[in-house]
Amino acid sequence: MAQTPLLSMTGIEKRFAGIPALSGASLEILPGEVHALIGQNGAGKSTMIKVLTGYHRRDAGTVSFAGQPFEVGSPHEAQSSGISTIYQEINLVPLRSVTENICLGREQRRFGLLDWGAMHAEAERLLATFGIGIDVRRPLMDFNTATQQMVAIARAIGFSARLVIMDEPTSSLDEGEVAVLFKVIRQLKADGVSVIFVSHKLDELYEVCDRVTIMRDGKTVRVAEMDKIAKLELVSAMLGRDVSRADGHATAFDDAQRPKGETVLRARNLKAGHAVRDVSFQVARGEIVGFAGLLGAGRTETARLVFGVDRTTGGSMELNGRPYDPQRPKDAILAGLGFVTEDRKLEGIVPELSVAENMTLSLLPQISRNGVVSEGRQRELVEGFIEQLGIKCSGPNQKIRELSGGNQQKVLLARWLATNPRLLILDEPTRGIDVGAKGEIQRLVRKLADEGLAVLMISSELEEVVEGADRVFVLREGRTVAELEGEAISEDRVLDAMAHGLSTRTEQAS
Amino acid sequence: MSDTVSTAAVKRDRFFDPLEFLARYGTLIALGLLLVFNLIFTRNFATLQTLNVNLTQVCTIVIVAIGMTMVIGTGGIDLSVGSIMAISGALAPLIFLGTILPVSNIGLSVAVAMVAAVAVATMLGLFNGWLVASMRIQPIIATLVLFIAGRGIAQVLTNGNLQVFRVSEFQWIGLGRPFGIPVQVIIMLVMILIAAWVLRRTVFGRQILATGGNEKAAELAGIPVGRVKFAVYAISGFCAGIAGLIVVAINSASDANLVGLGMELDAIAAVAVGGTLLVGGKATIVGTVVGALTIQLVRYTLLANGVPEAAALVVQAAIIVAAVWLQQQGRMR
Repeated sequence: MAQTPLLSMTGIEKRFAGIPALSGASLEILPGEVHALIGQNGAGKSTMIKVLTGYHRRDAGTVSFAGQPFEVGSPHEAQSSGISTIYQEINLVPLRSVTENICLGREQRRFGLLDWGAMHAEAERLLATFGIGIDVRRPLMDFNTATQQMVAIARAIGFSARLVIMDEPTSSLDEGEVAVLFKVIRQLKADGVSVIFVSHKLDELYEVCDRVTIMRDGKTVRVAEMDKIAKLELVSAMLGRDVSRADGHATAFDDAQRPKGETVLRARNLKAGHAVRDVSFQVARGEIVGFAGLLGAGRTETARLVFGVDRTTGGSMELNGRPYDPQRPKDAILAGLGFVTEDRKLEGIVPELSVAENMTLSLLPQISRNGVVSEGRQRELVEGFIEQLGIKCSGPNQKIRELSGGNQQKVLLARWLATNPRLLILDEPTRGIDVGAKGEIQRLVRKLADEGLAVLMISSELEEVVEGADRVFVLREGRTVAELEGEAISEDRVLDAMAHGLSTRTEQAS
Repeated sequence: MSDTVSTAAVKRDRFFDPLEFLARYGTLIALGLLLVFNLIFTRNFATLQTLNVNLTQVCTIVIVAIGMTMVIGTGGIDLSVGSIMAISGALAPLIFLGTILPVSNIGLSVAVAMVAAVAVATMLGLFNGWLVASMRIQPIIATLVLFIAGRGIAQVLTNGNLQVFRVSEFQWIGLGRPFGIPVQVIIMLVMILIAAWVLRRTVFGRQILATGGNEKAAELAGIPVGRVKFAVYAISGFCAGIAGLIVVAINSASDANLVGLGMELDAIAAVAVGGTLLVGGKATIVGTVVGALTIQLVRYTLLANGVPEAAALVVQAAIIVAAVWLQQQGRMR
């Protein structure tokens, strides 16, 4: 390498409560380059950034910045040393003026008083370098998200940042705003400022980044020049799949072909906000349908629409041939749907309640008479499921928060199975669960489908989708880009669709 | 045989965690210690008279704290209970004294007065519920509205006058003693039983705890979170309404400035000391009762032994802090 790097992090180790989050991770940023940092959830991107900015203390490894060993204790110190971070949620003061936001923490004074004139001029000058001319005296909240982001960047530059970290900066921007942001990034680059760009939108990476570092399981697995790595390679490196590798079985699913039942749910051109732009799919009785896609592809968001948690702004759904438009989860439950959510802690368990109480939460109307819970029916039902699913607990009255992740997940599965659903939505059903429980849950899902249940399964684990699903819909940036069925489901096809979308084969050929 | 016994004992010893034990039973132990202390040092403690004084004094706190327990169980809080008591306490005499609605039959007018006062209190609770559930205002702010405005409304109702009365039909709820037990103690016991049963055995009780324990999960499980919130604030208003009636009945007078003053804090303290999590999701009526009794007995002990009121308040505060701290410790492990 001809240039000396601006930032070099090598052999970074970080453990949380003994569990390694980073092991031997590295990152190197050249002066004036835009560097993409990508990886799946839990790959260690955020931890890496937090180690760099002094939010976490690293356990081992070296960091050098601008040729000097770099040691900071807080993001604030990092900022004064020339590393600024712009977070997803902009952390500025919405009620104060643009100038105040830009100059906060380094106010200019004259005769002991704030020199507003000089500060306004400074703010205007900084924004003008990005081609933005706004009234800097107005409060920040008067402007749209993109402009606010520019202000955050201007603030970073004002601190004479030499490295700006942008954590998913485009997630709440529309296309025009993204274009403005990219212009600013190129301007930064021209001024010799380096940028670390964290995003899941592949097209954006290719548009604006020079190099990419790919992380997986706390390690740096690949560093490449952006124009020398194909999308497919990028995705496979991220997911840890070797495209050409013929794979054995990694899950408890098999590939037997099954006859298909009648369609339970059909969704056409669903639309909602930025996340879901055009999603269509259908699920039939006795079938496991997989949703594949990268982070932010709109899979969970689509599931939330189907379950009535969020409202659609376009498209239509049919359940058993009749129009279906849930306004709230209760409607979906009454229509025979169940939803095991992605985040067990946040949206699944009620920690202070017992196993039994958690399990019967969706079933209260059925196991009660005149508003009084029938203890007998509850016990019968709960004990049945504890035995059937092999839930390890001291008894129905144990608090659910004392159970392991896998057993909590089984309780949540039981919560929905108890309602006798027609369609069960599983969002990352085996995330954060030990291998044994994982296999059990996969076998159970297969058995339920064989008994006639329609299952919609979202999973970021490729083998789970490929081996588990009878039909796979690949989502990419809020659109369904591919539908694969039976034999056609293979890792490279799924990866290919995740990487390229529809215009797949042509691009790969070039 | 003796061998197995000793190993069992050893095992129990190892698993015995003093802090957790204190967290679970601390309040009950404190109550026990207070009783023992009083039996030894406070003159005339073991008399029916003392029991009656303490029970009648704690009654209104317990009644209000029952509603508060449910509200806090959903993760909310109700600051308006004291003011709602004042409104209920002002409204009832206005009716049975014939100020706003002359009814000749005193029995009938007392009945109308009670029903109307409690109904209005419940409606005010519903208003709180509407602010919290439909307008999505934070409970502490939403109920601050009536905390401030409620007492003003009570004063406007009475033109700021002290209403003095001597109506035995009405005052029976504060002064009556069937079988020697004060009526308000009976009302309190009935409400405790009903509330404890509701929380333990009914769908509604389950819904309260699920809403407070994890609102998102509850909503995704199809629980009508909004309706549950409406209901708990209405219940809290209902309880405050009854407590307001009892207070004015005991005093033979209704002073809109004083009825229920500071009650919200006494009730919250009782709930907290009793072991209900202030963030919601775990609520115990029995705990609340024990908490209220403990606070009452501390106050009584100090006053009966000549400690000035001001100092008693400080001790009371210290006990609340200690109780909540102990529960925190118990939860950490």
